[in-house]
Amino acid sequence: MGKLIRFLPLLLVIALGVVLYRGLSLNPQAMPSALVGKMMPAYSLQTLKDNGQVVTQADLKGDIVLVNVWATWCPTCKYEHPYLVDIAKDPKVKLYGLNYKDDRPAAQQWLKNYKDPYVFSIFDEEGTLGLDLGVYGAPETFVIDHHGIIRKRFAGAIDTKVWRREFEPLIAQLIEEKKQGK
Amino acid sequence: MRLLSLFIFIVTLAFSINAVKASPVDTYEFQDEVTKIRFQALTKELRCPKCQNQNLADSNSPIAADLRKELYELLQQGKADIEIVNFMVDRYGEFVLYRPRVSSLTYVLWFGPAVLILLGFIVVIVIVRRKPVAQKDLVLSKEQQDKLNNFLNDK
Repeated sequence: MGKLIRFLPLLLVIALGVVLYRGLSLNPQAMPSALVGKMMPAYSLQTLKDNGQVVTQADLKGDIVLVNVWATWCPTCKYEHPYLVDIAKDPKVKLYGLNYKDDRPAAQQWLKNYKDPYVFSIFDEEGTLGLDLGVYGAPETFVIDHHGIIRKRFAGAIDTKVWRREFEPLIAQLIEEKKQGK
Repeated sequence: MRLLSLFIFIVTLAFSINAVKASPVDTYEFQDEVTKIRFQALTKELRCPKCQNQNLADSNSPIAADLRKELYELLQQGKADIEIVNFMVDRYGEFVLYRPRVSSLTYVLWFGPAVLILLGFIVVIVIVRRKPVAQKDLVLSKEQQDKLNNFLNDK
């Protein structure tokens, strides 16, 4: 017992070292969203294409809805865009855009130049819906299930690798849940 | 004369430090002093979600400016501090609180230091209590004392 106590400080230091070393490989920017598990917040905003057309949360139709937060001032959104065009071809998901704090003509031109992957884009000039979603930058992508509940929030650019790792397993799970009638 | 120039130097230095520390300036008008103080306190308590080591008062990022504006509007609507904090937590998570709430997740954070101090006290008490026993052993027995005397006398 007496001998063991002598090694106690060493063991404590090693344990502390392990904990701190693990901390080095964690991403401090990765934050759990407060909205996961909650309903999509209510809103009533114009679409990007047509300032006479007002959409609400009821217009996000589809079993698995992706809401992608984008803006023309966001360089990462440009990187992500071709991947979104590909994802939009997938019949399992419906991709909607949330044009966040942007300039309407510039955003419309962007969609003309780089193709429009979205069913429609919500035009959130003031960032009110963005605030309700806890958006703090762009791009961000939300996954909403068939009950209208937000299941995932992903901050950062989507590419093929990210799509496979972060989204495909969840989409398979959501399809399974829907089959089982949950 | 020298003293005067030293004084001027110190004063300018003090002002320049202040200038460096200057935070982003928003021009918000408050109807009373209390609301103004509450605004300042809340912007210090709430963390910017984008630049994570700054509070809302210090941060220059667009999202911090948006949240300051939202905070101002909530104050104008007459919301209580707790309602405003809940509003922010509902959207950005517990993360935005610089002073986390006491929950099962933060017990270690809140009570860990007190437990460590308590442990330290226990260790100190145990060590202090042991000492008299150790001192008893240090007293030489009759035999040992005689032996020692012999050695000393030999010289």
